Amino acid sequence: MSIREDHNRFREIVKGKVKEDLRKYVSQGEMIGKREDEYVKIPLPRIDIPNFRYGPKQQGGVGQGEGQPGQDVGDPGEGGQGQAGEAPGEHLLEVELTMDELADILGEKLELPRIEPKGMKNIESVKTKFTGLAPVGPEGLRHFKSSYKRALKRMVGSGTYDPEEPLVLPIRRDMQYKSFKKVHQPQTQAVVIYMMDVSGSMGDEQKEIVRLESFWINTWLKKHYKGLETRFIIHDAAAKEVDEDTFFRTSESGGTLISSAYKLCQDIIQTDYPVSEWNIYPFHFSDGDNWSGEDTRLCIKMLNEFFLPNCNVFSYGQVESKYGSGQFLKDLQKEFGSDDRLTLSQIESRDKILDSIKDFLGKGR
Amino acid sequence: MANLTPELEAERKRICQIAKDAGLDFFETIFELITYDQINQFAAYGGFPVRYPHWKFGMEYEHLSKSYEYGLSKIYEMVINTDPCYAYLMEGNAMMDQKLVMAHVYGHCDFFKNNIWFSKTNRKMMDQMANHATRIRRYMDRYGYDVVENFIDVCLSLENLIDRYSPYVEKSVTKPQESHNSEPNYLLRVDRSYMRDYINPPSFVEEQRRKAEEEAQARAQRFPQEPEKDILNFFIHYAPLTDWQQDVLSIIRDEAYYFSPQGMTKTMNEGWASYWHSRLMTTKILNDSEIIDFADHHSGTMAMAPNGYNPYKVGIELFRDIEERWNKGQFGREWEECDDVRERKNWDRKLGLGREKIFEVRKVCNDVTFIDQFLTEDFCVRNKLFVYKFNKKTGKFEVDTKDFKAIKAQLLFHMTNFGQPIIRIEDANFENRGELLLTHLHEGIDMQPDYMSETLKNVFKMWKRPVNIATIMDETPQLFRFDGKEYTQHKLGEGPSPNPSNQESSGS
Repeated sequence: MSIREDHNRFREIVKGKVKEDLRKYVSQGEMIGKREDEYVKIPLPRIDIPNFRYGPKQQGGVGQGEGQPGQDVGDPGEGGQGQAGEAPGEHLLEVELTMDELADILGEKLELPRIEPKGMKNIESVKTKFTGLAPVGPEGLRHFKSSYKRALKRMVGSGTYDPEEPLVLPIRRDMQYKSFKKVHQPQTQAVVIYMMDVSGSMGDEQKEIVRLESFWINTWLKKHYKGLETRFIIHDAAAKEVDEDTFFRTSESGGTLISSAYKLCQDIIQTDYPVSEWNIYPFHFSDGDNWSGEDTRLCIKMLNEFFLPNCNVFSYGQVESKYGSGQFLKDLQKEFGSDDRLTLSQIESRDKILDSIKDFLGKGR
Repeated sequence: MANLTPELEAERKRICQIAKDAGLDFFETIFELITYDQINQFAAYGGFPVRYPHWKFGMEYEHLSKSYEYGLSKIYEMVINTDPCYAYLMEGNAMMDQKLVMAHVYGHCDFFKNNIWFSKTNRKMMDQMANHATRIRRYMDRYGYDVVENFIDVCLSLENLIDRYSPYVEKSVTKPQESHNSEPNYLLRVDRSYMRDYINPPSFVEEQRRKAEEEAQARAQRFPQEPEKDILNFFIHYAPLTDWQQDVLSIIRDEAYYFSPQGMTKTMNEGWASYWHSRLMTTKILNDSEIIDFADHHSGTMAMAPNGYNPYKVGIELFRDIEERWNKGQFGREWEECDDVRERKNWDRKLGLGREKIFEVRKVCNDVTFIDQFLTEDFCVRNKLFVYKFNKKTGKFEVDTKDFKAIKAQLLFHMTNFGQPIIRIEDANFENRGELLLTHLHEGIDMQPDYMSETLKNVFKMWKRPVNIATIMDETPQLFRFDGKEYTQHKLGEGPSPNPSNQESSGS
């Protein structure tokens, strides 16, 4: 049917428009917490064919009802029974996209590579899948509906069916059983550990930026790794593990000891994710305002000894703090230079979120 | 073709006969039973099964199917003005709904066949549309999808710049005779020959003649000679377009003219069909068990929100009002001049001309003449009509007035030229630089500026030389200009000025 063609074309145009203005949508907070198959509503500026027309506000119209002059009648753009073929209302077009589609658009816009899981860490799992019907099989897998249908067909066809006494007797030939196949599924195992600094020096804006960025990274990674595991850590002077919801909503305050988070992260990896079987992606966001140089040295040591050898890539994003940018990023830069097991990114403002995402995911590791 | 179930087919035959007995006269009407998804598809295509490929149909389809899925709206009926008429019923609707739709459709078909504003439409439009689709697809194959699609976008943006009345005007073949009057008409009238030189002294005659000649010369030089309303046609002939672009533009224009009478008679057409479904259903078609469902459905369709004009409602009430007035003889001079309230209330000459009158009205009127002739003050009061306007202070739409004249003016305004601004080509060699000058006949309402600028840019894509439009914005006459790079705004009188010739500004 040709409407499918036109419809797809329309969806394409919509996605193109979204892509153009992606920066704006990405920095909107309200999408945080949506699942990948959930719809998000995106108001589009206008995807419309312009023509010479009157302004709606000046125009007015004729209505019916009891009203006295001065009474509010509501916006004529909404409500009322729209009949097909009537002039479409002057509404802003709202399109619905799934998070999945949005992640795709994000990927296209940033030209993100598909992430290749590393090395031999794939295990195959065997699954059984019901694929069709067969004339033989165990009684436990008998498919009642289609057996009944076949019996009924046969009886009607042979004239033995009596509508007065609708008795259907299946014979051997009518029986249908579910049949299954063994499917080998390669399974990649990946875990992403998000660490966020929630200390007092991180303002609301900074936290919001971190949340947005980790949310989009999460959305993109989830799309590419089926069965991706995620863990969330927040830290100030002490670190604790939290669930996704808390991570995206919490606000704490206190000092900053980055090593506390790294320690906790290391514990989590060592207990739950044997490094020989898992792809591990730690992300850490902070304003880089660490408590002491000593703690920073401790962090660097841990990175050197544990994280870098064992993780696919360790990512650190530093948000511009309201008290000036922290030292941690520079320390890391000095220590590791251009070691490609470590990705560093600086996020100056909301508008830079996209670029930072590209820093992190652009390498496709 | 027709795939009605036996029950529906039996009803169809019965309803068809009832409609014919009631005096309706229609082309053969073919009903098809289709699913909701198909009906949304067809509706997105304006009722036709095949249209040229364009995303706007996809957008319409998305809108319709979303509204249906969320239970916001449902299309019950769709009918196409062709011979034979095609009409669609939706699978799974209740029997009563199907009967109602059939009765309603026969009303539409009668209207299509008999109303004179439909007399010029192509009744084989189904084939024509398919033909258009093939041609456009061929261009897409040859010149590229995006290229053709972009050009269609431009055409559609100017789609409403046609002259809706032109199909009904008989162009005379012979040119109007030049006036050979011995007495040129610019001279003052002279009743007594001896007064001639006093009334028209030679110097005055000379001056007038020079003026007239100059005017004639100016007119001859102007291009187009008369302001042109059918802007699309003008572009087809004079804009620098390639062959395929010309063809695409003429396709868009043809289709715009095809749909134009439906826009011109929306209120009448829906009113007429509703009048007949209501009458036929309640007198002949319904059985006792269906009456509640019918009342429910009918009242739903006729509901009029305080902030929305419902053509079904206004149309049906006006037809009923006309029928009653002509039955009772409430027309003519005697009736108009009577101002005794009680007498008017009980006025009944028992003429019984109502039926005849409404058939006549459905033949000769369009929405504008329908409202102009038959909307009465009594009617507005009885139906509680009012005008609403946007109040800038409160930021809301509010009831403005219940004054009859205001209501009538508002309705007529909405219906004239389909509620769209009237725009003409004034000069295609503006400033002697081959620029295009459009004028907007401003009737108290400004155009929407953002749409105007975008549309003007599309006009430029057609004309490929700077384009100008003269209009009134914020109560000052202004000229907007797009030269391919820049969009500028000038107060009239400064900068480029359009020809002052606006003699015909009242329009036709």
